[in-house]
Amino acid sequence: MVTSNSNVFKSVILSFAMLAMTTFGSPAAAQSAADIESGTLKFVLSPEPPFLLTAINTTLQMGMVTSKVMESLLYLDAELKPQPLLAEKWDISADGLTYTFKLRPNVKWHDGQPFTSADVSYTILEVLKKIHPRGRTALAKITSVETPDPLTAIIKLSKPAPPMLAALASSYESPMMPKHLFAGSDPATNPYISKPVGTGPFVFKEWKKGDFILLEKNPNYWQAGKPVLRRIVFRIINDASARAASFETGEVHIGGLSPVPLTDMPRIAKNPALSVETRGYAYMSPYLLMEVNLRKPPLNDVRVRRAIAHAIDRDRMTQVVWMGYGKPAVSPIPSQVTTFHSTDVPKYEYSVEKAKKLLDEAGLKPGANGMRFKMTHDLFPLGSDYQRTGEFIKQQLARVGIDVELRSQDLPSYFRRVFTEYDFDSTSGYYGAFADPTQGVQRLFWSKAIQKGVVFTNATDYRSVDMDRIIEAAQDENDPTKRKALYLDMQRLAMTDLPVIPLMETRFITLSSSKLKKHTISADGVIGGNFADAYFEK
Amino acid sequence: MKLPQIKSPMLRLVGQRLLKAIPLILAIVICNFVLLKLAPGDAADVLAGEAAAGTAEYLAELRARFGLDQPVYMQLWHYIVKLATLDLGFSFRHNQTVLSLILDRLPATLLLMLSGMGLAVVIGAALGVLASQRVNQLRDNIISVFAILSFSVPVFWLGLMLIVVFSVNLGWFPAGGMETMASGKHGMARMLDILHHMVMPVTTLGLFYVALYTRVMRASMLEVFNQDFVTTARAKGLSERRITFRHVFRNALLPMVTLIGVQFGTLLGGSVLVETVFSWPGLGRLAFEAVFQRDINLLLGILLMCSVLVVVSNILVDVMYSQLDPRIRIR
Repeated sequence: MVTSNSNVFKSVILSFAMLAMTTFGSPAAAQSAADIESGTLKFVLSPEPPFLLTAINTTLQMGMVTSKVMESLLYLDAELKPQPLLAEKWDISADGLTYTFKLRPNVKWHDGQPFTSADVSYTILEVLKKIHPRGRTALAKITSVETPDPLTAIIKLSKPAPPMLAALASSYESPMMPKHLFAGSDPATNPYISKPVGTGPFVFKEWKKGDFILLEKNPNYWQAGKPVLRRIVFRIINDASARAASFETGEVHIGGLSPVPLTDMPRIAKNPALSVETRGYAYMSPYLLMEVNLRKPPLNDVRVRRAIAHAIDRDRMTQVVWMGYGKPAVSPIPSQVTTFHSTDVPKYEYSVEKAKKLLDEAGLKPGANGMRFKMTHDLFPLGSDYQRTGEFIKQQLARVGIDVELRSQDLPSYFRRVFTEYDFDSTSGYYGAFADPTQGVQRLFWSKAIQKGVVFTNATDYRSVDMDRIIEAAQDENDPTKRKALYLDMQRLAMTDLPVIPLMETRFITLSSSKLKKHTISADGVIGGNFADAYFEK
Repeated sequence: MKLPQIKSPMLRLVGQRLLKAIPLILAIVICNFVLLKLAPGDAADVLAGEAAAGTAEYLAELRARFGLDQPVYMQLWHYIVKLATLDLGFSFRHNQTVLSLILDRLPATLLLMLSGMGLAVVIGAALGVLASQRVNQLRDNIISVFAILSFSVPVFWLGLMLIVVFSVNLGWFPAGGMETMASGKHGMARMLDILHHMVMPVTTLGLFYVALYTRVMRASMLEVFNQDFVTTARAKGLSERRITFRHVFRNALLPMVTLIGVQFGTLLGGSVLVETVFSWPGLGRLAFEAVFQRDINLLLGILLMCSVLVVVSNILVDVMYSQLDPRIRIR
């Protein structure tokens, strides 16, 4: 009896083991090969977006998903030049007050309805101009959108608005919305913001919250023969180390906005199965800034701010903290914004002596412990890279006698402290400069952008009559040469008064399988690109 | 108020306990609400911040939509009134009702928790019994060292190490997720796929508790071994195996059951780390993220569900006592 029992036991164990071998024995690489064979792209996403409509919420991760489904009139190529997308041709009148868009014929929404100028008019007037967080300013001068025929949309402006075209030229920033599904509703509560309908190469299929979002090939896409991929699966993986492991096992094929910790990059960059791309972020032009609170003496003394700028070795910071994925910044308009970037500005090269001299002049003598004054630095709560940036700044400033205390908190507390209570001395956060300075740069220096409670605006309390005059003149200057001259003045003044110390232009990383090609074409890369051309090399 | 007379003492106990739980749960809700409101920043700050843009109008609009523009006591009042109709509210962050969010995620967490717990109980009890049979001998020492090691290894570290060894290097198990996405698998194939994904997270979650159960089981076995009725059983000439399993094991289970009841409520906390490391689409991660997103409705809903879970599991433990040990009577 005992023997027969143990025999049964043994055979059960054996069959389990065999089962385990057949099911568990296949390495993840085999799964990855099967994905590539079937054209399934796995895109890692973190954090998970709340819904899917970037016309009313400009979260970058949301754009990574929606740009494959919904498209804009134009897109900006790698050189930030507009190219046709849903609009085939466009024309701007000499006075800069009329923009005429000729729409692509035979474009259909995913539900079969035709895409027409009525959709353009609805999207621009009812959504982008009214609700879009940046559109309210970027499109403020639009008075009407005329629709003489279904394939023509004419935008009329009250004053010239040169930045407007860039704002309309990104599927992330300004996706066209189906009027027949949204008209008459509050977009924020419309059910289609969780199951988007667009004109793009991929159709929304399924969203399992906390797990994945599934898109499938649009068989009726207006561009014949595209897209190449059959499916895109967005996988939500919130742990940075787990993301790195998923790339290494081949479980995910692409991720944007530096998906793995920079400290893992030296190892990952050597992996021949993975490739690193830093293009595709020019539209956002991300950069790292140190904001100094001018309400807090002695930081209101420009000599102290200049001393801080001299005391931080931005080259070393780029190499040591950011593993070379960046470029030391010299002005508040990053070099990727080629049209306006200037190097003809006051420069603050790394020099401990100059920093000490400036602090001496400001009357801040070293005390018994060698320290001149104490200040806090709030860490931007977005991961270890910002933490290490803060630690680097602390060490650097200690050398010139500034005792920096680092302070950590979670994101909502940080926002409250810096942008509502203004209870901070300094902080280093990341901003998007965007293709036009009105989109991302002016908010840091314009006194009208001191808006209590509004995140990522002027938190330093910098107010300058000259600066306001330049910024406001540039907003509606239609002559490109004069406009550029204004922004050169603006950069010079910003670097003279130094309310914000530009530290580094961030080079975000798009990490992908080496087999995946053509994922980064436009200036907004994987965030705004539609992936119609992306394919796996077999 | 006169309570209706219920004949069965068991049902009466359950009824009384449930009735007593209502003010307790209400107090928990109020405490949670106040605590969460003390945290600086709100959901509108986070949404606008993530969007990297915003205007004063945009924020005001968000706050009005979320009901955050009203005084805190009114927000609390609205919440409790809705709760009375079993409406857990709406998560603006996820654009979904809290109840549907929780129900969506609950199966994944229960699967992970119950398997982890089951693994821990079975292995822990077995190791505890094995150790108690050879006190202070080699077998006992090996088991004790194993228990201490697995108890002291941080859960997230163990998880990451498993990923590095078994996913990245060996490629045996997937690094995360609950099933192969959009694989189109059904029935048996899908079940095996989920099992495949479960191995590492369940091992990680289970190992921590194995240690605890091993220790508790060993101690309580030893205690029972020394009692008079065991000596009597030995005197009757029963085999050691029969004494161990029939007499000692059953009595030694009581402290285990107590521990399981207590830990059932805290297991959600333990699963936060495991769910994050393995991208498991469960409740723990949802709760964890809700903290940073100041998604108060969602967090309150999850916490409420946890407290209900604790109350229910405690009642179940009391019922189980009386089944395991006939001397414990329900009065």
